[in-house]
Amino acid sequence: MTRTSSIRILDINLTNKKFQIQEREDLAPFLGGTGLATKLFADHVAYDKPPLALEQPIIIACGPLSAIFPMATKAVAVFRSPLTGEWGETHAGMRVALAMRFAGFRAIIIHGQAEHPVYLTIGANRVDFKDATPLWGLPTNETGRILRQFSPGQGFRSCLRIGPAGEKQVAFANVNVDTYRHFGRLGLGAVFGSKRLKAVVIYGDKSEPIPDPKQYRKVYDAIYNLAVNTDIMEKYHGLGTSGNIAPLSALGALPTENLQKNSFERSQAISGEAFARDSLVRKVACTGCPVGCIHIGIRRKLFAEGHEYESTYLAYDFELIYAVGTLLGMATQEQIYDLIEYVEQSSMDVMSTGVLLAWLTEAYQKGIVTKEELGVEPAFNNAENYIEIMENIVSQPNELYRLLARGTNQAAHELGGQEYALTLGNHEMAGYHTGYGNLVGLALGPRHSHLDNAGYSFDQKALRSNLSREQVVREIITEEKWRNVLNSLCVCLFAREVYTKENICAALACVNIYMDGEELDKLGEEVFRLKNQIRLQLGYNPDNLTFADRFFKTPALGQELNRETLADIIGMYRNLAGI
Amino acid sequence: MPKLLRADQMKKCIGCYSCMLACARTLHNDFSPRKAAIQIRSVGGLQSRLVVDICRGCAEPPCAQACNCDALTPRRGGGVRFYKDRCIGCGNCAGACAVGAIRFDEDIKQPIVCIQCGTCVKYCPHEVLSMIDV
Repeated sequence: MTRTSSIRILDINLTNKKFQIQEREDLAPFLGGTGLATKLFADHVAYDKPPLALEQPIIIACGPLSAIFPMATKAVAVFRSPLTGEWGETHAGMRVALAMRFAGFRAIIIHGQAEHPVYLTIGANRVDFKDATPLWGLPTNETGRILRQFSPGQGFRSCLRIGPAGEKQVAFANVNVDTYRHFGRLGLGAVFGSKRLKAVVIYGDKSEPIPDPKQYRKVYDAIYNLAVNTDIMEKYHGLGTSGNIAPLSALGALPTENLQKNSFERSQAISGEAFARDSLVRKVACTGCPVGCIHIGIRRKLFAEGHEYESTYLAYDFELIYAVGTLLGMATQEQIYDLIEYVEQSSMDVMSTGVLLAWLTEAYQKGIVTKEELGVEPAFNNAENYIEIMENIVSQPNELYRLLARGTNQAAHELGGQEYALTLGNHEMAGYHTGYGNLVGLALGPRHSHLDNAGYSFDQKALRSNLSREQVVREIITEEKWRNVLNSLCVCLFAREVYTKENICAALACVNIYMDGEELDKLGEEVFRLKNQIRLQLGYNPDNLTFADRFFKTPALGQELNRETLADIIGMYRNLAGI
Repeated sequence: MPKLLRADQMKKCIGCYSCMLACARTLHNDFSPRKAAIQIRSVGGLQSRLVVDICRGCAEPPCAQACNCDALTPRRGGGVRFYKDRCIGCGNCAGACAVGAIRFDEDIKQPIVCIQCGTCVKYCPHEVLSMIDV
């Protein structure tokens, strides 16, 4: 039996600087996170208006377990993507979920458009619209510093902000969350920019009495022990995700130099092991996570003769090393750090940026774009030139750069070179070239992200366990539905093996939500169905999917892919998913 | 033998707040880490280091000296004992703590005081915190 309490939502209108608080019992079955945000988005989206129209909503939601159970650290943002025009969804960790929970809001809706640049400070008892004029144009680190200086709630606040890329509405601009995390993909930063919203500071300092302290401590301890005293989470804490660079390169599944290759001959210099050995300085955790998977490295740079050094601390991960590393042929950690620093400061999604630069490099080699238009030559393993190009993507001095700021798919659509544009469902690909599962998972998943359904992992499982293609598709869809449950709870996907149905039900009972495993499955089904319904209305049409020749020319995990088989598998997915 | 809380290894802190959550749920029956007697925070954002505000276990605690109703009394080995029932919520103790380790809980009008129980230490995954013999 489901017995859930009502959900508290803060609804902010930037146009008239008004806000209201709603208590919605009808939304309780959606729990929070992706389920709740999807439902709210369906209620508020303007299907007939473009992604950056002032009417379009931004929905940010946390979950019922946020901050009170280990690794329940995520918040989910849903919006209409300026990059694809379709479903926009992105997740972030660090402190945003804690701040929202203890400010008392399961979801925050932001719509309208401010007349002048603003930032919001949101607490349990107030919402303030503050002048962001002096912050406009500032990079994310300086913006964060100033916001910290002038905002209340130290230690219990989260600071979401955009840099110049968001302000200039680069279609793949992101939102920086508490320095090392991001609402990364699909262009939420541009939506912030279009609303003249520089930042949102949320501070959560409310108390929340525990309904049954004894039971809660018991369930907490069981989950905490799984996280800390078993080896389930070790791969994330130890070397971290960057530990995948070397094995994926060895397997021939690591996109390299715009996927002209599937392994990187210099991967030893930029592998997870190499980063740990040469530049890892510490690890940090999202609030409420005892694992600590965020790997921070130091970039030490000589800026003048006489031993004059400057240093920066930057977070690295597998996806970053792929996107602005192997995909761009970067042979040194220093170059990768420099590129990471630029995307961080300007607030651009690192994966979309890397794919775009890789495509541009090949387009330049093939004469589609010229040095005259670009002002600088894009070349693999040349970070300096890429930084100059990124600066121009942000400032957009000419027609070409205005086009590049709309993303890889738009650029290739207008200029040519689609045969080597690494987008799937119009979204720049993640760092796996593992086979059909990956292509189908990315092209058909709602946010075209490797995290929708982990198609790449089922390619590897298929090899190990000799799965049929239909089994792979079934696993992908089952995973996608289950992830809708995990993402409604807002637990970190790294902790998916810890959050079994049994553990989830026990944890929910601690906050007086009584659901059984079957009801969780039903929620996953419902969110899956609802997302598909919405994105079809937003213009997503699986009939129109295109796949670059490059995916078939470069072998994936030792296997050459072909279009006919892919079409069959897509047919299976659509049949089983009902889209 | 009495023990005192120490946070000698703050360089190892990952900022997970597990200690704060443990204190809040075990001693204050609350989900919110605001209710904890131990407070982790960053100085200048997460690019900088993490610091902690904890009871330093004074041998002659100024907080107890400032307490006129014997709700706080010196504890053998350092720090204080807290008698909730005697507390009238004046807040003098919070003002008297020179390192800001006592915060006043406005919800229940009582101070949040570390009683050197070591619960936070049990939940630190990185060996930042310890209880030392005194």
